[in-house]
Amino acid sequence: MKFTAPHLEYSQLAPVLIILAVATIGVLVEAAVPRAQRYLVQTVLAIVGMLVALGDTFWVFGKLHPWSGTAHLGHVVAQGSLSVDGPAVFCWILVLVFSLLSVLLFAERRLEGGVTAFAGQASALPGTAAEREASTRGLEHTEVFPLMMFAVAGMMIFPAADDLITMFVGLEVLSLPLYLLCGLARRRRLLSQEAAMKYFMLGAFSSGFFVYGMALVYGYSGSMQLDKIAFAVSSQSGAHALLLGGMGMLAVGLFFKVGAAPFQAWVPDVYQGAPTSVTAFMAAGTKVAAFGALFRLFYVGFGGARWDWLPIVWIVAITTMVVGSVMALAQTDVKRLLAYSSVAHAGFMLTAFLGIRSLGDIGSGDIQPVQAILFYLTTYGLTNMAAFAIVTLVRDSGGEATSMAAWTGLGKKSPLVAGTFAFLLLGLGGIPLTSGFTAKWAVFASAMSAGAWPVVIIAVMGSAAAVFFYVRVIVLMFFTDGGHAAGEGPTVAVPSPMTSVVIAVGAAGTLVLGVVPGPLLDLLGRVGEFIR
Amino acid sequence: MNFPWLTVMLALPIAGALGTALLPRTISGTVVKQFALGVSLVDLVLGVVVALRFHNHGGTQFTENHQWIKSFGAHYALGVEGLGLSLILLTVILTPVVILASWNDGDDGRWGPKPFFAWMLALEGLAVGVFAATDVFLFYVFFEATLIPIYFLIGGYGGPNRARAAVKFLIYNLFGGLIMLAAVIGLYVESAKTKAGPSYLLSDLAHVHFGTDVGRWLFLGFMVAFVVKAPLFPVHTWLADTCEEATPGTSVLLVSILDKIGSFGMVRFCLTLFPEATHWATPAVVVLATISIIYGALMAIGEDNIPRLIAYTSVSHFGFIVLGIFVLNSQGLAGSDLYMFNHGLSTAALFLVGGYLIKRRGSASIRDFGGVEKVAPVLAGLLLISGLAVLSLPGLSPFVSEFLTIVGAFVYSPWAGAFAVTGIVLAAIYVLLMYQRTMTGPLREDNAGITDLNVREIAAVVPVIALMVVLGFFPKPLTAMLNPSVDHSLSQVGAHDPAPKVPSSAPADEGSAK
Repeated sequence: MKFTAPHLEYSQLAPVLIILAVATIGVLVEAAVPRAQRYLVQTVLAIVGMLVALGDTFWVFGKLHPWSGTAHLGHVVAQGSLSVDGPAVFCWILVLVFSLLSVLLFAERRLEGGVTAFAGQASALPGTAAEREASTRGLEHTEVFPLMMFAVAGMMIFPAADDLITMFVGLEVLSLPLYLLCGLARRRRLLSQEAAMKYFMLGAFSSGFFVYGMALVYGYSGSMQLDKIAFAVSSQSGAHALLLGGMGMLAVGLFFKVGAAPFQAWVPDVYQGAPTSVTAFMAAGTKVAAFGALFRLFYVGFGGARWDWLPIVWIVAITTMVVGSVMALAQTDVKRLLAYSSVAHAGFMLTAFLGIRSLGDIGSGDIQPVQAILFYLTTYGLTNMAAFAIVTLVRDSGGEATSMAAWTGLGKKSPLVAGTFAFLLLGLGGIPLTSGFTAKWAVFASAMSAGAWPVVIIAVMGSAAAVFFYVRVIVLMFFTDGGHAAGEGPTVAVPSPMTSVVIAVGAAGTLVLGVVPGPLLDLLGRVGEFIR
Repeated sequence: MNFPWLTVMLALPIAGALGTALLPRTISGTVVKQFALGVSLVDLVLGVVVALRFHNHGGTQFTENHQWIKSFGAHYALGVEGLGLSLILLTVILTPVVILASWNDGDDGRWGPKPFFAWMLALEGLAVGVFAATDVFLFYVFFEATLIPIYFLIGGYGGPNRARAAVKFLIYNLFGGLIMLAAVIGLYVESAKTKAGPSYLLSDLAHVHFGTDVGRWLFLGFMVAFVVKAPLFPVHTWLADTCEEATPGTSVLLVSILDKIGSFGMVRFCLTLFPEATHWATPAVVVLATISIIYGALMAIGEDNIPRLIAYTSVSHFGFIVLGIFVLNSQGLAGSDLYMFNHGLSTAALFLVGGYLIKRRGSASIRDFGGVEKVAPVLAGLLLISGLAVLSLPGLSPFVSEFLTIVGAFVYSPWAGAFAVTGIVLAAIYVLLMYQRTMTGPLREDNAGITDLNVREIAAVVPVIALMVVLGFFPKPLTAMLNPSVDHSLSQVGAHDPAPKVPSSAPADEGSAK
């Protein structure tokens, strides 16, 4: 048997390859560089790697001519396994920007008294002498940087994958490092490890669904390639039951990743238990990757069968919004609150998913579903990142003080931080002049254009409930007198410039995309077309 | 290019708010107050200049139009016709009045005077934006954005349950606003179907043809928000709770200015964009408005708490305003347009004077007062005049407007007119009872310490009362400004005044004419 080397378009794939290379070098650094210098080397390596990859991604993006009137669709590369088209490259940009901000959060040392927020020695059991020793010696896990790089590579492959195998590889490459990262908190380690375990068990389970779905779809269409699947769907060649089963199973795997109900059970526990910097990374990055993949798979692969899957998505979107909003009402922990808010936001994003229409029905200036979702992902990621960064600042003797009672009266103690957090919460709630509003408008308009107005009505009701629980935090911070005597209660730590940059970028993004969203929306309108 | 008057009018207070917030901490509270008052007075001057340059028959004027978000079809488009201008004038007149009257109200609030006056100025700017927007998307943005300053004004300053009141206010208004959001998005979907592509400009939307069902649903979406805002029975409950806790100045801004957004929106959007649906909904709205008139008045009669009482009188008066709008004839609509302005003045005066009284006694309960006119004659006099304005005494400006709305109601249906008239009688009861119980009779011992008004307090209220007297005897400037706007709204909605039934030739024909 003769082996032919696959033809690879290196220039198009370079961003992914750079990230993978940096990840691998990071592993070597762990082996070769003395412990004392590893933190610096890894941080610089990660930041430089991200910047280079980001620059290269912009170069690839520029090749699509997104600034001119008619953008180029893109190419299918690597023997039909990846599509480098507008949505994919834009997802890359988003993932890289969010990861770059996350690296800054990962590398924050000033808040924990000179060490990172990750466990000194993950293998030491909590509460043992070994753990105490690791902490007195000031050990740090600098492996978090290469782990994160691998996850980033997965997040880039996932939304670009043009066949089911590559998609699954992307899914696993992004998930496995995240499972590990979730368990590495320096404080409250048992909670963190429990979160990692839960995430892993449920994640592995959902991956199983995904693989099973792949098998059924292969049985139906005889191919793993999305275009061949699309052909089989439109020609209605195979057994319909196989297709339905396959689509359902694949959807379960993806709905799990985006945290849509009824597969949202892991979200609050994992968001709460994981180190907050990881939560921020996960919330922003995973959503981008998973929604990118969800849209590509169902729009490109199963677009012809949309009358079969649309009703399910209606139900899932409504349940997700309702569950997220209602459960958030009862939360007493800021991280869990943000977790349920993330579930609710997944529901809002799914409303954009309902905007699929046949090409003939779309007018020239209409909001496209892909355009709407990419805009929503941008705004949600930036706002959420800054919100989690602020969560890391409010601390007491036990580390981060995430219980909402501890945030009482924060507005008096630190008006700037509390004011910024209030602004971000208003952004998450979708008040006009914040990016949350324009993003919500875009996804709702996309859904309503396709006639999904009942979902939009429920979505605006859900938004009202959502505003209620965001406002509850604002009331606590500003209108309730603190139950703490002077000097007690949590303090607002002064972070290094790294965390401050994240907060500033997130807050600025929330404002700018709320006031002048036009340029980005127009850009997305030009590149929001999948290559088929 | 023309001078962007409206943009300056809306940007100046907002810039002033930012400036106030950024003043260094060492600056004393007095300077902050003087600065805020100065900014609002400059805005008043601008408003007067705009009013003088306004041509009554010139249609929408001072227009500005810039594309804002192309994919949404949203524009930064401003412009005023008579109704919008009258409400902008109301805003710029009342803001300095409120700042002067609330001079010390911010001191004992949660964060001191600086944010108090900064939020007030921000609110003024946003309110100007709401009344000037000629793009539905821009209107919506301003509409929702006004909630934030008023929320902090209620929650940060005022009575002990202010946080609860602020949340209740916000939830009601956001709920209404979000229902409207669905309708706003629906407008986009409909306008995107046209050849011109999506646009939120009112002038473009006027050419969009809505199907009957679509039009009615969109109308309902807008109407829900406006009915919550200009509170009608049964969604009025937030108003009394809010006014009970808020400072008098905040209540003025809320009831006199912000609640007008609701009635203004009904005229500007519901009537002009959805004429068919307006006719369809008229009977239901008229019934709701009539219930509001009577229910609000009855609640006011039974109320012991002065701010709550005033809030219920407003529920009753908003009933009149909405009734006048939806009877769809020129008398009713002219009355409503006038009433929006006049109700702003009369309620502001009553809230402020009532606020002075409450602050002196430390209680808002009518039961705790008695014979105050003996120790504070000026206060008593001003309370009486404001009260008489609220009950629409002839000679004070609200009379003209209430009279016209009732005439409109009679033209629409004798039944609606008959029920609405009872509102006048009930108004006399609640105002005079309040005056009698607090001011007349023997002086109570615990009221002896009440002092009369100082110069600042009098100076704040007198301009409002003077304006009411002037417009009461000579409403011409205001009616001349509003009438073209009334005619325009009526022609948009396709309503005509019923021809008067005049006995044609002989008295014998009277019976057969029907």
